[in-house]
Amino acid sequence: MSAGLRVRGVEVDLGGRPVLRGLDLDLRPGELVGLIGPNGAGKTTLLRAILGLTRVRAGEVLIDGHPLRRRRAEIGYVPQRHEFAWDFPISVEQVVLTGRAGGLRPGRGPGVADWRAVDRALRLVAMTDLRRRPVGELSGGQRQRVLVARALALDPSVLLLDEPFTGLDLPTQESLLTMFTGLADGANGEARAVLMTTHDIGSALFACRRVVLLNRTVVATGTAAELRARPDAWSETFGVGVDSPFLRVLAAGVTV
Amino acid sequence: MSPLDFLADLTNPDLRFLPKALAVAMMSSIVCGVVGCYVVLRGMAFIGDAVAHAVFPGLAVAFVLSGNLIVGGTVAGVLTAVLIAVFSQGRRLKEDSVIGVFFVAAFALGVVIISRAPGYAGSLQQFLFGSIAGVPDRDLVVIAGTGLVVLTVLFLLHHGLVAVTLDREMARALGLRVFLHDLVLYVLVTLAVVMSVQTIGNVLVLALLVAPAATARLLTDRLGAMMVLAPVVGVVGATVGLYVSWSWDLPVGATIVLVLAAAFLLAWLAAPRHGVLAVLARGRERTPATRPGSAAVL
Repeated sequence: MSAGLRVRGVEVDLGGRPVLRGLDLDLRPGELVGLIGPNGAGKTTLLRAILGLTRVRAGEVLIDGHPLRRRRAEIGYVPQRHEFAWDFPISVEQVVLTGRAGGLRPGRGPGVADWRAVDRALRLVAMTDLRRRPVGELSGGQRQRVLVARALALDPSVLLLDEPFTGLDLPTQESLLTMFTGLADGANGEARAVLMTTHDIGSALFACRRVVLLNRTVVATGTAAELRARPDAWSETFGVGVDSPFLRVLAAGVTV
Repeated sequence: MSPLDFLADLTNPDLRFLPKALAVAMMSSIVCGVVGCYVVLRGMAFIGDAVAHAVFPGLAVAFVLSGNLIVGGTVAGVLTAVLIAVFSQGRRLKEDSVIGVFFVAAFALGVVIISRAPGYAGSLQQFLFGSIAGVPDRDLVVIAGTGLVVLTVLFLLHHGLVAVTLDREMARALGLRVFLHDLVLYVLVTLAVVMSVQTIGNVLVLALLVAPAATARLLTDRLGAMMVLAPVVGVVGATVGLYVSWSWDLPVGATIVLVLAAAFLLAWLAAPRHGVLAVLARGRERTPATRPGSAAVL
């Protein structure tokens, strides 16, 4: 039984328009994989398809060799930060607890196991000290950590991050990236498969073990070094000429 | 009239409707206060207004047929709430447009129906603005029962409702049934409105849902505290409002609403952390560090 995430031949239409076609992707525990593509390439749609939030027309998604409905708890999801109601009067630890809301029975409060999971998730993202702080008072980076902790509350083996760096300054991005690498490596426990969509190509090439170039389908996948040697793939993904400034910077090995 | 006289009137057997009105106002305030927390936090005030107005044709039909007003109101309100929930799941139309269509239509239907009944003007005013003698004895038990049901369901679904309110996408990913939670919440809002509508009135009941919860939100950053504070504010407001209305012979629903609005204004000015005065005071502390006078403006 193969561990991690396995996507095979996935096709998704939105509003009658083809968004993903013949998409194959493998993600193994211990890997931090960057998902890169232009706006409208289907990055978020792919994450939603993996999570079963959008109808998959064809193909299959397997988690540890099983279909999603039997392994829902194995996928942690960190949606984009603006989806969250930050003005809600709730503390950090209560938000992390909602990560287990799917398993709480009506009328039953959280039990010891739930709070233990919350403690653990808060430790993994280094937010234990701020656990009683109202979420509205947190900085952008701290908010991102809370959302990651919420996704970790079920101790998933696969973690999906949607644009975790949007609107954050460079030092904050760096510390988050270190954290994501640690979560994948299993520095603080079990190794996880982490898939991250991002527009920050520099960080992705620098920190991810593997980068996937996406535009409706997987155009190319490989290590940073492998992909630097393939301007054709970048050109195809982003629809730019092979002599564009963007690709020259990339080829020069400068992180953007 | 002194509060002591009010107390004497409350216990006067000739004025039996007065303690009954107080009991209903307090029960309504408790239930509306708790439900109102969700209304305020989800930005559902317009939905609350819609449901309150949509209850009207049900009341009108029940009135014309001499049926039970609570049953009539509930049926019409729930029907409208379900329609809104279903229509607003689509992306093409924003929720507020859907609501704008349904609730005015429902309200107009109510006006047309009740215009066919004899004594049209008097009963219309009673429905719209409430009445201190509006509640028949048999409805007391129904109102108490309804309130209990609403609070129980809220308690049972609390964690799910919080998760759905915080982040619908994540709630879906966790396998929570978002539509079902929406629907239940709409129905609970309807029930809270229906149990309050005879005393407070159709047009004014929205204040009972929103004002105490909004006041509580200004006073605390904790959901639990907010859900305790809101009904307390509501009960105090309803009691004071009833007292003032009885003393000066003012319409009861409107007086209660004015008292609640005053409480909100007070909290807006003087709340410990988020109040205007506290913000100004913090601004003045910071002023020396920046340019004089600039912090208060910002």
